[in-house]
Formats: sequence, C-alpha cells, structure tokens
Amino acid sequence: MRAPLEIEFDYTRSLGPVLSQFIAGLAERRILGARGADGRVHAPPFEYDPVSAEPPASLTEVGPEGTVISWSWMPEPLAGQPLAEPFAWALIRLDGADTAMLHAVDAGSAAVMRTGLRVRPRWAERPAGSIRDIACFEPCDGPAGTAPAAEPREVTPGLTVTPVRLHYMHTASPGETAYLRGLADGRILGQRCGVCGQVYVPPRGTCPADGVPTSEEVELHQSGTVTTFCIVNVGYPGQKVTPPYVAAAVLLDGADIAFQHLVLGCDPGEARMGMRVRAVWGEPGSISHFTPTGEPDADYESYARCL
Amino acid sequence: MSSDVAVVGFAQSPCRVREDATTSGVEMLVPIFAEAFRACGLTKSDIGFWCSGSSDYLAGRAFSFVSAVDAIGAVPPTMESHVEMDAAWALYEAWAKVLTGEAEIALAYGFGKSSGAELRRVLALQLDPYLLAPLWPDSVSVAALQARLGLEAGRWTEKDMAEVAARSRAAALRNPAAQVSGSVAASELLARPYVAEPLRAHDCAPVGDGAAVVIIASAARARELCERPAWISGFAHQVDSGSLGARDLLAVPSAAGAARAAGAGPVDVAELHAPFSHQELLLREALGLGDGVAVNPSGGALCGNPMFAAGLARIGQAARAVMSGRAERALGHATSGPVLQQNLVCVLSGEAS
Repeated sequence: MRAPLEIEFDYTRSLGPVLSQFIAGLAERRILGARGADGRVHAPPFEYDPVSAEPPASLTEVGPEGTVISWSWMPEPLAGQPLAEPFAWALIRLDGADTAMLHAVDAGSAAVMRTGLRVRPRWAERPAGSIRDIACFEPCDGPAGTAPAAEPREVTPGLTVTPVRLHYMHTASPGETAYLRGLADGRILGQRCGVCGQVYVPPRGTCPADGVPTSEEVELHQSGTVTTFCIVNVGYPGQKVTPPYVAAAVLLDGADIAFQHLVLGCDPGEARMGMRVRAVWGEPGSISHFTPTGEPDADYESYARCL
Repeated sequence: MSSDVAVVGFAQSPCRVREDATTSGVEMLVPIFAEAFRACGLTKSDIGFWCSGSSDYLAGRAFSFVSAVDAIGAVPPTMESHVEMDAAWALYEAWAKVLTGEAEIALAYGFGKSSGAELRRVLALQLDPYLLAPLWPDSVSVAALQARLGLEAGRWTEKDMAEVAARSRAAALRNPAAQVSGSVAASELLARPYVAEPLRAHDCAPVGDGAAVVIIASAARARELCERPAWISGFAHQVDSGSLGARDLLAVPSAAGAARAAGAGPVDVAELHAPFSHQELLLREALGLGDGVAVNPSGGALCGNPMFAAGLARIGQAARAVMSGRAERALGHATSGPVLQQNLVCVLSGEAS
C-alpha cells in the first residue's frame, strides 16, 4: 500500500548578532559583508572569522551588483526554489567581496548565462526577514524585472522563519498493509513470530527479539487491558481531543505487545493500570478510541511482562 | 593487548528503486545481516555493539532508525548507537568501541530509501539553514556549480567526466548490487542532454534504495571469523567549511587531510564515494591516487548510491578486495554533506600492524 505523505514544518531561527544585521540590511536593500583578519571580505558575512575565529568588528556594504563565477541551469525548477520558470543557480561574487554568494539568476535562457556575467539583485516586493528578501539576481544588461517598492511588513528582528515542505510517497510494509486493510473490514490483524511465538500488533514485519521476518497472520480480539497510561493536559496545534484525556498502552487479548491509543468514555481520573477496554470504531477503517468494558480489572500478572 | 581491528564481513543489498520497501530499512537489512552472519559464522548475540547510519529527513518520519532496530533483534537489550549521516561514520564509532575494548565484535549498518522522497530537495536541507536552505538549492544543481568551476579552470572536460561514468558502468557489470551498469562509450554519453548543465544523467549517481553492513572484530577474534581479515591500518575523517561560497570548491582539503591522518600511502585499490563524475577526479587528486590504482572496481557511487549506505559500502568493497586477496592494501572513502564537504578515509591491509 502506498500513499503520498506531505510533511510541513516552519523553523523559526534566531539569527544572532551578525546575520541579524545582514537580514536587516536586505530590508533596506543593502547587502553587508564582513572583513576577515586576512583582509578578505566575506559576503554573506561570516559569524566567526575562519582565520582568527573572532566575530566581525563591523559589517561593510558590498555590491549590490556582482559577477557570476559559476552557474548551472535549472530547466525544471523544484518546489520552493526562487523562480518557477527555468533559471540559473549561480555563485555570485558581489563587488567589493572576495567570497561568493549562492542565489538564483533570472536569465530567461541558458544562452544568456556565462561566467563573468554581471548581475544585480531583484528585491522582493515585501521584505519578510529572510534571504528571500533578494527575490533573485538578474543580468545587469537586461531589462529590470518586476521589483516594486518595498513595503516593509511586520517582521521580528533577529528571527527568520524558514518554511519546509517535503513530499514523500510513503510505503506501508506488507504487514502494515494487511493491518490497514483489516481495519477497513473492522478486524484487527497482527503477526506471530515463527521462532518465539510472540504476537505483534500492529504487525512489525520482523520480530524484534529474533530479527526474523514474521508472516503468520493472527486476528486479535477487540478488547484488551490498559498496561499503562498518561493523562494529557497539554494542548497543541492540530489536537483533535480536548484535554484532559487519557493516552494508554492497550494490550489486546491475544497480543504480546501493547499499542498506544486513546481511552475515552470515562473520567480521566478513573483510568488505571489493568482497566479492561474495548475498541470503538470511528470513521470507516479506523478505531476511534477504546472505552472501558466495565469488566473487573485484569490481574497485574496478566500484563506485567508487557510493561 | 593488540589495538588491531579488522573488517571481517561485508554485505550489501542490491541498489534499486524498491516500491515495496518501507523507509525503516528493515526489509533490506534482514537479508544482508543474515548473509554477513553466515559468512562469519556469527549470530546476533555475538555482536557487542551496533551502530547505524540513516536519516529521518529521507525517511519522512521522526526516529525512523528505531524501526530498523527490529532487524537486529534487540531483545534482550543490546548496546546500540546511531549517526544521522552515512554509515561509514557509524563504522568509525564502532571502530572506536572495539579499540577501547568495549566490544570485541561490532556491526555497522546503513540504509536509505531515496525513491520515496525527493532526494534533490531533501539534500537542500543539509545546507546552511539561514542563507541557503530557504532557497532550496538542490544537490544536483550545487554539484553542477562545482563541475563548471573545474571545467572552466581547465581541470577536466565533459569528456573526462563521461569517461569516468563509462568506466564505472563497465566495472559495475561485475557488481550484482549495482543499479546502473553497461558497456557504453563516453562519446555516446556525451550526446545525451543535460540534466543540470553542465551535468548529464551519467554524471549523477542514480536515485535508489539500498543498505549495507560491515562487521569488524578485534585482533583476538578476527582470524577465527575470517580467513584473511582486512586490517584497519588507519581511519580518519575531516570536514571543510559549511560556507559554500567561501570554500574553494576545487580543493578537497578534508579528503587530503583525512588520508594523511589515516596514513594512506600507496594502495592497490581505492573505492571512492563520488556521487558525481567530476568528484572522482577531484578525489583522485586530493588523495594522491596514481594511474596504477584500481579506482572503483565496484562501479562506485555512480552505479549505485544508496543514501547513508553508499559510503559504508565503499569501505566494504575495499575490505572485500583485501579479504579476497585481490589487493594487499586498499582505501575506502566516504563523503557527507554538500559537494564533498566532509570526508572519511579508511585504509585496509592484508597484514596486521
């Protein structure tokens, strides 16, 4: 079984004293570099001099024009890159600098690109407090691309936000696939290790004790025992159940390993080790949560091995 | 007490796009653990220390390496560690464990399922997170910048690069784990279109899924496990600046430095972890490999580059050359980070020191 998986997370990073100045400079359409102990000017600036290990005494303005020292052509831009149309990646040595800056050049065609090409920054319409306040570079001898007047918006000085969006084609293992298909039929399927006889649910594909593939399918009961639990009191983005609520390790009858699920349908204060619970089915193909059965609690010995 | 440590076993899975495999690596690891154990006459309980190399960014889930621990059968609990980089560095940690006497036999393994992710984008996230990663410079484009620098400096030509690829593919015909192999002339490769000018497809390692395992042992155990152990005579790694634009991309001081620190000297075989054709040319020079050295008789990373396993596999292939008697001294190299930023050298010898 395979399905697309999208992962998104935004990093908020502290820029520190040097890069804070550099990023603040971009909002003013200035590019800053740092002069090292050996006299070389680094742009972007170093945070610590690679020669002397000292922080820069002060930053110095460079560019904003520069010279391409190497380039490659991106015929099919990838998600998140500075331009959606074919463009060049380039190492650009800004005027007054001795090191290079990596950025995109909107050249229109690979035929325009060459080492030695003079380029200038195309500033973002609205500074957002990141390196992307330079939208891209463009050839100095070409027409100016769209670079509307800056409209500074609320940015937090000293911080930069980097959105990360990653796309995967996630593959479920054969055991996981059987488990998911079982859920669709209202069944809970596990696998038994041929060596030690332990039953794992969800199936692991490989016995963690013996390191051998597990293949014998076992249907589990839909009732089980809470081996241990916690009461969630903390809210977080995307939370579907209102705190406080119980997250428990549930040992299904017939299984040798507990799995984590919600226990709802009782006051969180009533949750306890040994509590007997049963699965409550929710949306088709999924167990919504577990709920107490009202049976007497299981003996500690019956689940102690799974703690 | 001897400080000698030797590679006694190596196995790798075929590198290919595996739609059936999960990102946990378990499916790829279980068979190669069995193969390596069988060759050495070992069982999992003989392993005193395990160390893996893999990446959550590639797997698309947190703590993905924990699922892989199922493959080692870690019940009862065992001594285990992980590096979020190529497993060649896991082997380095394992080597230190054996040197310090904390384990007699150790196993390093690496795995990666690149085909489920957008590898070029995932690798953009290993760049400077402030000024580079937000632009998403993909790994192929960044390597292309390095290739052009060398082309325009007269260090190599596109034909030189194609010849590296053609030679690697021909060598890979003898490597069942290779993803790409075949007899093709450099001139034929040069007629094909650019992927990221100046790189063509043959200049770039294929995207594939795979795993590798290397077993090492102390002197006291190595000879009983392997007829001709590959003794580790030197092992070192170094790193260059993370600032791409401030680094001389045509010099690989960390590779040269690691080779010096490992006491590389003359070797018969070198397995270089060069994911791009021009990087083999850079590494040959940095490591001082002359024409007499057989470089990448396995086909190298250009013919199969399972992420987080390919560097370990280079050391495994170099060790295999010694264990089989094909080489007296061999060098295994691994790289990590963008455009050869970090480099590791492991020197293997048929003679204990």
